[in-house]
Formats: sequence, structure tokens, C-alpha cells
Amino acid sequence: MDKLTNNQIAWRAAQDIADGAYVNLGIGFPEKVAQYQPPGRQAIFHTENGILGFGEAPDAGAEDWDIINAGKKAVTIRPGTAFFHHADSFAMVRGGHLDVAILGAYEVAENGDLANWSTGPKGVPAVGGAMDLVHGAKRVAVITDHVTREGKPKLLQRCTLPLTGVACVTRVYTSLAVIDIEGGRFVLREKLASLSLDELQAVTGAKLLTPGKVTDLVVPDL
Amino acid sequence: MDKTVADLASAVAGICDGMVVMIGGFGGAGAPIELIHALIDRYRATGHPSDLTVVNNNAGNGHVGLAALIEAGMVRKLICSFPRSADPVVFTERYLAGQIELELVPQGTLAERIRAGGAGIPAFYTPTSFGTDLARGKPVEEFEGRHYVRERWLKADVALVKADTADPCGNLTYRAAARNFGPLMCMAATETVVQARQIVAAGVINPETVITPGIFVQKVVLVPDPRQEEDLNRAQAVYPPEA
Repeated sequence: MDKLTNNQIAWRAAQDIADGAYVNLGIGFPEKVAQYQPPGRQAIFHTENGILGFGEAPDAGAEDWDIINAGKKAVTIRPGTAFFHHADSFAMVRGGHLDVAILGAYEVAENGDLANWSTGPKGVPAVGGAMDLVHGAKRVAVITDHVTREGKPKLLQRCTLPLTGVACVTRVYTSLAVIDIEGGRFVLREKLASLSLDELQAVTGAKLLTPGKVTDLVVPDL
Repeated sequence: MDKTVADLASAVAGICDGMVVMIGGFGGAGAPIELIHALIDRYRATGHPSDLTVVNNNAGNGHVGLAALIEAGMVRKLICSFPRSADPVVFTERYLAGQIELELVPQGTLAERIRAGGAGIPAFYTPTSFGTDLARGKPVEEFEGRHYVRERWLKADVALVKADTADPCGNLTYRAAARNFGPLMCMAATETVVQARQIVAAGVINPETVITPGIFVQKVVLVPDPRQEEDLNRAQAVYPPEA
């Protein structure tokens, strides 16, 4: 089965971010979205640890470890950057001031529930800012492989893993499709042209609705 | 008024067994490495303080700073949002062996609980964690059609904070994103102890640029060339250095 690379999923998510939008990207895979902003658009990236409007990673050896992102990777300042303390940072998050948050997922349910912080009781639990982010941004999107490494659906009727947030996700960009969550159901918007609706439904754990036109999910080679 | 103290040992002299200690920093940015190491020195010399409850965003990285404090056996409980790092072995081993207690708090809730502690607000409502395992046992209320979880303030006996510039009144500025939890923890502790890269005369810091006003600070100690956790870890440093 054809599928998008992580870079291509990130590229597709980046196309929906408007010029001047305030955006928080989750640590790890979602950080890639910043690389694929369309020409002429400049989003303003927020990081939980107190920087707004940071730039890309510095060259190796040029890191300033007081200028890092939430994943504790070195970033850079650029014209317009602002620093602030953690309570102001999460006021930006919970106060509804961010336009978009893009997060990874273990599971997403058709009612918008997200599980992305814990795979169960084993090991050391760690939550970071994920539970705050899902309740603040005007739009919460997920980027993810459509299925797990074992080939099981990640888009489900109900999450089985511990929840990060309830009814918070509104759009999912997967390796196979772009799916909105509306009225507690998955609504298919785009899918790979090489994939039939039946094939996509077979690897999705809840019913995909198609009330409107489903367009081809077209991305560049990345 | 002069809140400066002569050395690191005097700066951490007031910390007793069983206290709640807030430690600033997010990863290495803002971590008051020298104050933490001075506390470890005191413990090695006197056996005190121990049985501490530490509040920090993380749980230490490598074998310096907060990780070294845990490794020394001084910490009974950790309150944090993300006890993982590039090298979390010190906390992980103790946690899995049941030797250290963990209270996991979402990062924004942690920040707001500390702010509330400093601001005299005993509880507040947040949408964060509603419907999740971390909201278990907490009161929930509905406002304007949405559910919110009640969270309690968080206060400390002592805060250890890294600033960039201080004056004898305790006014502080921070460096870049090393600010993070610093201003909140300064507010929330009975005694706030600050290590500053430079201490300037009163009047030198422009009042417009003061980030933490001196009322929130009790002690300031000069640490002119502070170590950065990332650099120490890259050099595979261990504290205290092995003989």
C-alpha cells in the first residue's frame, strides 16, 4: 500500500497554516511542519518554555542552551522574538491565543479524543505540556501514521490508551488521508489516489463519512 | 537593603530536612547548578538536608544538578511534568525501584499552581486534564458549557533560582528562555535564593526591565561563570567529581 513519508505528512499539515498564524508544534515529528511552510508565509512559532517567534536550529557548535524548544533542542531568535515566563506561556495556550497546535498521536477517536502521552502503566509516566495544548489552541490537529507499526488502526471509535484530552482534535493528517472530526464522526476530505475508499476504511477503526467530495491527497516527493 | 550573601554555602544554609524546594529551570536552561551542588556539598558534610520534596519541570539529566541531588539520596518526592531526558537513568532507576515518589502534573498546571501559590490563590479551575487519569479525584465544575478541573496552589519553603543580573534589592533579570519557571518560583517560596551572573548596584537595572521585583527574593549570591547542564553532560561530568 502506498503511503506518505513523515516529511510528506508534515508538508500537507503545513499547507493549512496561514501567514502570521501563532502555532505550537509538539515535540518530535510535529517539529517537521515548520520546514514546509509555503513560500511567502511565515507562521509565528510558540514553545512552552517561553519563546514566541523562534527560528530554526543553529549550526552544530553554535547552540545557546538558554535558547531551546520544548524538546530541549537548540533554536534561534529572529527579529520579533519574545521571551516570557511559564505562566504567561500557558496563558497563551489555555487562553485560546494560539491559532493551531499540531501534535502526534498514539490513538485518535472519532469523537475527537486524543491519546498521545502514555502507552500504559509501565515505565516512567511523563506528560509535559500536551494536556494543556489540547485545550487551548483554536484548532488542534494531529499528524500520524494511519496505522501502528503492527498495522492496527490508530483512528478508532474510542481510544484504548490513557487520554490526553477529551473531544479536542478537529483534523487528522495521516500517511493515507486527511480526515476532519465533525459532530463526533470521521469525515474524509482527502485520500491517496491509489487507495480505494474500501481499502482506506479497512485500516480505519471507525466509519469514514463522505458527505462531500473526497479529493486526491497530492504531495511533492520529500 | 542588601540581600547579597557572601558565598554559596551561606546561600543554602537555611534548607532543612523535609522541606519543599522549588528548583528553577527547564532542562538545563535556568538550572541553578551551583546552588544545587552547594546543597549536595552540605549534605555530604553534615547529612542534611534530606527527605526533600523537589518541584522542577523535569527530573534531571545525566549526573549533575538535579540528577546529582537525586543520586545523592536527598530527594523523597519529585513534583514535575516531564521526568524524562536524554539521560534520565538516575531518576528512572530510583522511581522503578520505589525509592522516590512522583507527582506528575501537566506543565501548564504546574506553572499555574506555582503562580497561584505566590499570588495567594488557593485553588483555580483549568480545562487541562479534564477526563484524563491526571484529573482523578479532583473536583470538576462546568463554566459556560465546558468542564474544568480544580487544582490547588503549590508553595515551597525554599526556591533556588538562576538569574542573569541582580541588584542588592533582589531585583532580577533573566537570560533568554532561562527565565521559564524562575519568576513564578520566586513568588511561591518563603525563602527565595538566587544565583546571579552579575550583581550590580541598585539603580543600574532599568526599573522598566526588572522581571522579578525584589520583594520576591530573600538571598542573592554571585556566580559569575555559571555552568550549563548541557555542557557538563557533553563532558560526561559527574557531581561530586569522582576522587
